[in-house]
Amino acid sequence: MTLWWIGSIVLLVVIFPVVVYLLRGVLAAAESIVPAVDRIAGVARAGSNDLDAAALLVTTREQVTQTVAGVADYGGSLDVIVDDAEDEEQA
Amino acid sequence: MTVIAIAAPGVVMIAAVVLIVLALVYYLVSTILALRRISAGLDAVIAAVGEIIDKSAPVNDIVVAINEQLDAGVDLLEGLLVKKAGLTDAVGLIEGVYPGSAAAGLRNFPHSKDVKPPRIGEVYTKGTLTLARLGREAPIAAASPAGGEVLRNVEGGSLAARSLYPSVRHQRPSNLPRSPVIGTEAPVQYEQRDDVGAPRKRLPARSSGER
Repeated sequence: MTLWWIGSIVLLVVIFPVVVYLLRGVLAAAESIVPAVDRIAGVARAGSNDLDAAALLVTTREQVTQTVAGVADYGGSLDVIVDDAEDEEQA
Repeated sequence: MTVIAIAAPGVVMIAAVVLIVLALVYYLVSTILALRRISAGLDAVIAAVGEIIDKSAPVNDIVVAINEQLDAGVDLLEGLLVKKAGLTDAVGLIEGVYPGSAAAGLRNFPHSKDVKPPRIGEVYTKGTLTLARLGREAPIAAASPAGGEVLRNVEGGSLAARSLYPSVRHQRPSNLPRSPVIGTEAPVQYEQRDDVGAPRKRLPARSSGER
C-alpha cells in the first residue's frame, strides 16, 4: 500500500512535470522553425523574381555575338587597309 | 474502510495518468499543427527554389558563350593592335590612354609585361596616325577635324582637308559675290578719264573768311 502511494505520488509530482517539460520543449522548437521557414520562403520567392531578368541573357548573348562579328569585320577591313608595323627585330 | 484505503492511491494514479495523457494530447497536437505549418512553408520554398533552378539553368551556358565571344574580341583587337602598331608602341598607346594598364600587359602577349612602355610623346605621331586610321572608334580620330569618318566616307578623304580652313568660299560659294570681270572683253567698259595723267589743277585760293 505504501509503495502504491509512493508510485502514485511520484507519477503525479515527478513524471508528469517531466513529460510536460519535454513536450513543451518539442513544441517550442517546432514553433520556432515556422517563422524561419516563412522567411526562407519569402527570400526564395524574391530570388526567383530576381532571376526573371536572366532570360535577357539570351538577348545579351546575341548582341555580343553580333557586336564581335562586327568588330571582326571591322578588324578584317583594317587589316587590309592599314599597313603592318615594321618588325621590331628587323628594325 | 479497507476498500477506500486501497482505492485512494489508485485514484491518484489514475488522475496522474489522465493528466499525463491530456498533456501528451495537447502538446502533440500543437506540435503536429506546427509541423504542418512548417511543411506548408517548405512546400513554398521548394516551389520557389524550383523556379530558381529552372531560371538559372541556362545562365551558365550563356555566360560561357558570352565570355567566349568577348575573348575572341579581345584576341582580335589585341592582335590587330600589335600587328599594326608593334608590340612596343601598342603598349605605349595603351599606357597613354589608360595609365598604369601597361603593367598588366596584353593577354595574348605575355612578354608584353616586360616591355617598358614608351612615353606617349615618343610614339605620338605614329600612334596618332594609327588611331586616326582606325576611324571613328579611336578617341583621337573622333576629335580630329575629319571626324574620324574618313574610312567610311568616300568623299571624306578629300573633303576633310577643307575643314582645316576657315569657312569662306568652300562651304557656301553661292552666297559670295562674283568677282568683277576686267579686260577688253569685260561686259562693262569704263572710259578712260581725261584727268588721269594730266597736270593737277590748281584750286582757287581760299579767302580769309572761309578759314
